[in-house]
Amino acid sequence: MIVWWLIAVLFLGGALAWASEALDSQLPRVVALLALLGSAALVLGLALAGQANPLSPQGQWWVLADASWIPRFGIRFLVGVDGLSLLMLLLTVFLGLMALGAAWHEIRERSGFFYFNLLWTLAGVVGVFTALDLFLFFFFWEVMLIPMYLIIAIWGHENRAYAAMKFFLFTQVSGLLLLFAIVCLAWFHAQQFGVFSFDYFALQDVVLEGRVQTWLMLGFFIGFATKLPAFPFHAWLPDAHSQAPTAGSVLLAGVLLKTGAYGLIRFTVPLFPEASASFAPFAMGLAAVGILYCAKLAFAQQDLKRLIAYTSVSHMGFVLLGVYAWNLYGLQGAVMTMLAHGFSAAALFMIAGALQHRLHTRDMQRMGGLWSRLPMLSAMALFFTVAAVGMPGLGNFIGEFLSLLGAFQASRVATVFAALGLVLSAVYSLWVIQKVFHGPLLLPAGQEREAAGGPADLGRVELLCYGLMALGLLWMGLYPQSFLAHSASVLEALLQQTGTPGGG
Amino acid sequence: MDAIPYEHGLILAAVLFVCGLLGVLTRRNIVFVLMSLEIMLNACGLAFVVASARWQHAEGQIMYLMILTLAAAEVAVGLGLIIQMYRRFHTVDISVLNEMKG
Amino acid sequence: MQEWTGLLPVFPLAGFLLLVLSRGRMSRGIAGVIGAGSVGLSFLLALGIAIATLNNGGQAYTTVLWQWMQVGDFAPGFSFYVDGLTLVMILVISGVGFLIHLYATGYMADDPGFARFFSYMNLFVAAMLVLVLADNLLLLYLGWEGVGLCSYLLIGFWYDKPANGYAARKAFVVTRVGDTSMAIGLFLLFSQLGTLNIQQMLTLAPQQWAVGSGIAVAASALLLGGAVGKSAQLPLQTWLPDAMAGPTPISALIHAATMVTAGVYLIARTHVLFELAPSVQLLVAFIGLATLLMSGFTALTQTDIKRILAYSTISQIGYMFLALGVGAWSAAVFHLMTHAFFKALLFLAAGTVILSLHHEQDIFRMGAMRRRLPVSFWCFLVGSAALTALPFTSGFYSKDEILLAALHQEHYGMLLWSGGVLGAFLTALYSFRLVFVVFFGRDRHQSHATASHGHDDPQAAVVEAMSPVMFFPLLLLGLLALGGGFIHVPVDAVFGSGAQEEAHASQLVHTLMILIPIAGVMIAWFVYGSRSYQKAGEHLREQLLASGIGRRLHRFWFSGWGMDTLYEWVFVRPFLTLAALNRRDAVDQIYGWVAQAARVGNSAVVMLQTGNLRWYAISLVGGLVIVIGLGVWR
Repeated sequence: MIVWWLIAVLFLGGALAWASEALDSQLPRVVALLALLGSAALVLGLALAGQANPLSPQGQWWVLADASWIPRFGIRFLVGVDGLSLLMLLLTVFLGLMALGAAWHEIRERSGFFYFNLLWTLAGVVGVFTALDLFLFFFFWEVMLIPMYLIIAIWGHENRAYAAMKFFLFTQVSGLLLLFAIVCLAWFHAQQFGVFSFDYFALQDVVLEGRVQTWLMLGFFIGFATKLPAFPFHAWLPDAHSQAPTAGSVLLAGVLLKTGAYGLIRFTVPLFPEASASFAPFAMGLAAVGILYCAKLAFAQQDLKRLIAYTSVSHMGFVLLGVYAWNLYGLQGAVMTMLAHGFSAAALFMIAGALQHRLHTRDMQRMGGLWSRLPMLSAMALFFTVAAVGMPGLGNFIGEFLSLLGAFQASRVATVFAALGLVLSAVYSLWVIQKVFHGPLLLPAGQEREAAGGPADLGRVELLCYGLMALGLLWMGLYPQSFLAHSASVLEALLQQTGTPGGG
Repeated sequence: MDAIPYEHGLILAAVLFVCGLLGVLTRRNIVFVLMSLEIMLNACGLAFVVASARWQHAEGQIMYLMILTLAAAEVAVGLGLIIQMYRRFHTVDISVLNEMKG
Repeated sequence: MQEWTGLLPVFPLAGFLLLVLSRGRMSRGIAGVIGAGSVGLSFLLALGIAIATLNNGGQAYTTVLWQWMQVGDFAPGFSFYVDGLTLVMILVISGVGFLIHLYATGYMADDPGFARFFSYMNLFVAAMLVLVLADNLLLLYLGWEGVGLCSYLLIGFWYDKPANGYAARKAFVVTRVGDTSMAIGLFLLFSQLGTLNIQQMLTLAPQQWAVGSGIAVAASALLLGGAVGKSAQLPLQTWLPDAMAGPTPISALIHAATMVTAGVYLIARTHVLFELAPSVQLLVAFIGLATLLMSGFTALTQTDIKRILAYSTISQIGYMFLALGVGAWSAAVFHLMTHAFFKALLFLAAGTVILSLHHEQDIFRMGAMRRRLPVSFWCFLVGSAALTALPFTSGFYSKDEILLAALHQEHYGMLLWSGGVLGAFLTALYSFRLVFVVFFGRDRHQSHATASHGHDDPQAAVVEAMSPVMFFPLLLLGLLALGGGFIHVPVDAVFGSGAQEEAHASQLVHTLMILIPIAGVMIAWFVYGSRSYQKAGEHLREQLLASGIGRRLHRFWFSGWGMDTLYEWVFVRPFLTLAALNRRDAVDQIYGWVAQAARVGNSAVVMLQTGNLRWYAISLVGGLVIVIGLGVWR
């Protein structure tokens, strides 16, 4: 039940936020805050419930809720939470709050509709992370897409229409492949067992002949790899990220990308173990190419948000690498990277947004030496950049190291190439620090003439958001066990089920 | 009573149909186009009647009744549109009335 | 005391946090006390731990702080391992570190970024302590990257100059190349041995790997990659000279005494792996030899006081690598320690010179400074004597041990030894060239300063910048540089007794090793120091530079043997070109073509819709005719 409540709170909160705009334009953000706090409380409740009762009768699933939806096709409203979902839910509500913090002062126009979209996206994401019926999963997959499209298209920057359409097309086309594969899978289930079913557990029993399995696996893979995004399906992301408002970028980078990775771990490999195993070398190759290629592209960008967007793609390569290594190290690494990148990328996008808010530009050629003017913002930027570079002691390192450690057992060549990404990430990250925060002071024309102090340093809301995210990254880096422990049993079960010996 | 061979009826229907079609394709005045369409419809109706007589079935005649009503409705709507069009554009020449291109 | 081992890095870390959270609102006095005091506390604690441990017979022990993570069999802890080697390292780091912090409170007194400076310094000391205390390679890697980060931040400390930022980035990226190699080494070690705990690895590896087996070679070569990057050895040495862009105390602490010797520490720590791979160990020796010779020649031609010291650091670490390569582990650690003393002394003294001369770093714009800057002069003299390994200084004992060990290397002993002795000669030459040019001869600074700044009062221009907080560290380091050779490094238990055979050599060898550095000093005196021969010396130099070969050789050495240019052309430029070529992302262009094709198709179809009713009717009829025709034909 608690999962239904979680989804319902977000949906209803969104609707309420929209409606409340009629009363007062300040009200929607308060409603959104309340709804998010409510859902955060529910997720924490879930976590506590899960700790109290780690092994429910359904194996590793702590909470399962089940209701019939379209019985003609065996479609059910089946949702559940296990350790992996729980981590993702925590990430989702936390970054939801951060996105709210980013939007707090930024969004002035049509704020009711904005918060409606924000909360509905989150509701979709929560649904994606909990749905265990593939049809329901796809439903939520689409639910999170459309509000995000609107967020980019309405509140985005100068080239928003193009970016939003590109985002929509990429996600929709890949979603179509995903849907097709899901329906085929259900059809095969009907052939073999006599009834239609979209149930995650039932579909795992479907026996598929090699070629068919490969094609269906590819449908799932492309669906999720576009969202991740993996090279070469990444083209939508730089545009979407650079054009989206800050809160949109935070959600995109922090949460929406993670749904792709989650789908790979939860669905693609367990549903098609053999096909995935033979596909793994190719996927790891794609991951390595993506890491290097996008790191190189990131270096070449002048638009700060676009640069961060490419680094996201590069870092997601480590997730892909870890997932397709398909051993405990790689998977835990992928999960940790998902969490840590969620924090660090979201924070970096917020910083880019904060700079744009203050300087009215994202062009790095027009900034420089901001440390002397904005010491706190710069220090925060340095912290999160260093985290993104993979500094040990911060979360990203744990994720990347474990991913590579796992990948090394599976493919040494891919690992060595991917590890070169560590060097390139240093190159582009330090370049950003140098260009924007170090060097001689350079402000866009007209900025010096603004109020005596020039652009203002961090405000309270911002400081709170950055501080929380920094603490989170430190926690992940110094005591990752509190996160790893949640996902360990789930991942071990997945490994066992697909017949790979866990733990290398 | 000697029956007229049904081939004759069909040939007549075909000739009428082609006449109507040529009218539709060549006339520029939209009123004539509409009239040509009526001729084509009636040609079809004739074909139905002939066929029903040939096979002694009532369906063809029923179908003709339907075409009749359809044609009446079409003429009513069509003429109404033409009058509107004439009021707005002051012409009934279809080669001028090509506003709806892509 | 031993149970408090975990607190060692906590003090500086707490100092870092306090300084950062104060956001620069703290007064300089308090910031200085926190900055230097936290390291001082660490030093006291380290001293207590050392005494307790040595009283205990030098028994090694492990302190587990907490379990870092647990993924399957992979369970590295936040745990510290203390043995003789660790003790030497923590004492050097916290001791020399404390002195340098103390000095820096004077040196940086007027800098606006005072608190920021000490926060980075404290973070560095904390990371460095973690590096040497770590009981597993992952935790070591944490410290390893942490010191790299601090090095980056401190080199680029004066961030408003783009050149400093460039040097900082170069340092970070070049060492990152080595770090990546080391990370891959960790993956390999873990996949083969199933653990990253150093002591377990050192016992498991000889049981599982044969001497010279491929895995052992690969693993130790990958670790060597990391060590080479951090310790600025060939081929990754190019970053260190540029790293001198940072404030001078940084150069003393990070780029002379501690961080750059981390590579030596790493190899000494994992020496068993290198013993299993004799070819790699030999490679270590030759890397050391090549580096020490190359940077010795380069140091001869440099004119920037800090760059000379930087190249001499590279060269001295080369000696340590040479020692490691011939299995003289304890000699390497010994030299590491004495080098920390005398090189820190030299850098701090150089800092005083630079500060006194208002940030003048070109030695040929100094001269005759021994009266104006007496303290710096004596410090330089002591430091250079130790660096040159003149008898009875600390450097003499450590370098002596290394060279003797090199001589006893099985196959290439003679070659390694003579190379090392040639290096010692070069060391003597360049370090006393520095001393004589700066402190003897004509005062070139005064004339230059008057010419360029138009100073009316040249006396005010050169006053030794010296306060008690700067004097005390210099004094202490001077004493250590002189007498440090009598400290016994308690590392016998770490490396086993096998490496400790007394090295025997003929009287001739001993005599040579004493005489050659002295000869170097003499030549330097004739060319650069002595007034009577100065004319001849200058003439000689001019003649050398006038000849084509001499000039080219000079330029070649001056540029650090062209390595920077080489990397510029092999790595930097191709990468930049590649980046510029594909700025718009070729993959995106492909999707762009798809969109373009859709657009073209769209406009083609749009043309069909003419709005012409007759055209529609004709196409309708035409289609009907075709369909019926097809039906009839079939």
